[in-house]
Amino acid sequence: MALDPTTIRRIATLARIRVEDDRLETLSQELNGILGWIEQLNEVNVDGVEPLTGGAQMAMKMRDDAVNDGGYPDKILANAPDRNGAFFAVPKVVE
Amino acid sequence: MLTELTIAQARAGLEAKQFNAQELTEAHLFGIGALNPRLNAFLTVTAEQARNQAKAADAAIARGEMKALTGIPLAIKDLFCTQGVRTTAASHILGPFVPPYESTVTANLLADGAVFVGKTNLDEFAMGSSNMTSAFGPVENPWKRRQDESAVLVPGGSSGGSAAAVAARLAMGATGTDTGGSIRQPASFCGLVGVKPSYGRCSRWGVVAFASSLDHPGPFARTVQDSAILLGSMASHDPKDSTSADRPVPDYEAACKRGVKGLRIGVPKEYRVDGMPAEIEALWQQGINWLRAAGAEIVDVSLPHTKYGLATYYIVAPAEASSNLARYDGVRFGLRKDGAELSDMYGNTRAAGFGAEVRRRILIGTYVLSAGYYDAYYLRAQKVRALILRDFTDAFANVDALITPTTPSAAFAQGEKMDDPIQMYLNDLFTVGANLAGVPAISVPAGLDSNGLPLGLQIMGKPFDEETAFAVSAEIERAAGFSALPQLRAGV
Repeated sequence: MALDPTTIRRIATLARIRVEDDRLETLSQELNGILGWIEQLNEVNVDGVEPLTGGAQMAMKMRDDAVNDGGYPDKILANAPDRNGAFFAVPKVVE
Repeated sequence: MLTELTIAQARAGLEAKQFNAQELTEAHLFGIGALNPRLNAFLTVTAEQARNQAKAADAAIARGEMKALTGIPLAIKDLFCTQGVRTTAASHILGPFVPPYESTVTANLLADGAVFVGKTNLDEFAMGSSNMTSAFGPVENPWKRRQDESAVLVPGGSSGGSAAAVAARLAMGATGTDTGGSIRQPASFCGLVGVKPSYGRCSRWGVVAFASSLDHPGPFARTVQDSAILLGSMASHDPKDSTSADRPVPDYEAACKRGVKGLRIGVPKEYRVDGMPAEIEALWQQGINWLRAAGAEIVDVSLPHTKYGLATYYIVAPAEASSNLARYDGVRFGLRKDGAELSDMYGNTRAAGFGAEVRRRILIGTYVLSAGYYDAYYLRAQKVRALILRDFTDAFANVDALITPTTPSAAFAQGEKMDDPIQMYLNDLFTVGANLAGVPAISVPAGLDSNGLPLGLQIMGKPFDEETAFAVSAEIERAAGFSALPQLRAGV
């Protein structure tokens, strides 16, 4: 499953990372090298094996569905690159 | 020299009033001033904060209120959010980010009286094994090759700044995080003890996320006992991390004194890989002999899926990273690069803010999670991960701990292994299994290679049985009598 420049362009769009056209060829080589190496997993027989999602060897705990934090918009907004009153500001999305 | 003391010795000295916390902190700040411009171990030095904390520690000691780490100068990997102190993850994308909160692990250390001298350098977002991917420049390993003192070696990574700081006596201990070996590999490269505890033992809350199911906070120190003191403070149950373990934190310091008599120690045959340097193989055998001589029973075991660990990791970790790093969008914090439309702003910000290795991993992660490829890559990797865990579960049915080398080589020079990402990834060959399975693992310095560089042995334990891993590590430490010192260190 080789990654051609068109596929790289598509995943870069999905990942919201701008990639210049002259970088596509190099990226394609690098990523194909890594994916080719990963293909070794196809040797493993995984029939009937349940996927493991995490390293936690315990049951997840439940907690009360209750608000236990919040109420400090200024702290939340303190690091915002752009703000408008008590809101994060972004380039205009809707005309 | 106050900077040569262990944490345990410094604690005793403070209690006996042989010196005070402010003197101890000043000695370390002096070392940082002298060596950090060269080593680049710290991205931020918090001298004023450290002096205030040391003053408070002296007041506490005067009141007779000493805690586990009162007055002890520590370095904090710049992946832990620290309230009011810039936190970078060694990336440009976080820009001038100053956390309005404190991570649980660092809050635990502060509650125990610790002094924070600064935030340490790392591979960008902890993605690397050399500290070369930091957006703020590489870190120099304070150890030198005997035959070539001019070569600048890497401290390992990703927690390279923490390891260099503790090795160079710029801090008595440090925090790190370990996703595929990022505490144990730099500990091995810098002649330190590095502990990756069980998954869930230390809270991940307030730690910048890389791969959530693999990320483990843990300590660096110069002795096994010191690392036990640090882990005892860092570990806790934290309701703010849903994967945090709700179980009591044992007395790790006491566990260091247990000895290994009667323990069954496994030697996994799959770790004997082709091309392993003879001196690493010899050191491993030496470690086995030490444990046998101390009364442990040595047992051959098999972890059949070991060779698939790295490939599994390089699907799971980028997949989780691509999801975790989606939050860096130029809206709520960090860097923003404007664009005509919102989507241009996202794309420009992320292209400018992330370095090459981080972009590479986000793209791989996005690909293996994308429609049509999820089953072939991500789901298959999760199944192989289940088999890797089963290997460990089966082995631990017969043994109490495992012994292996920590790394396939000693520290290499800056610029080496940079041409092919996979060559760099192979550093984590022996360490990544413990992350995939969530079991505790400790690297302990055990000897020197022919260049005079430190080499570590790795002890892995059963889930949540750090105590046995500490007991075995302490025995290795006793037997090895590791006393070599790095050429670059405070006061030299």
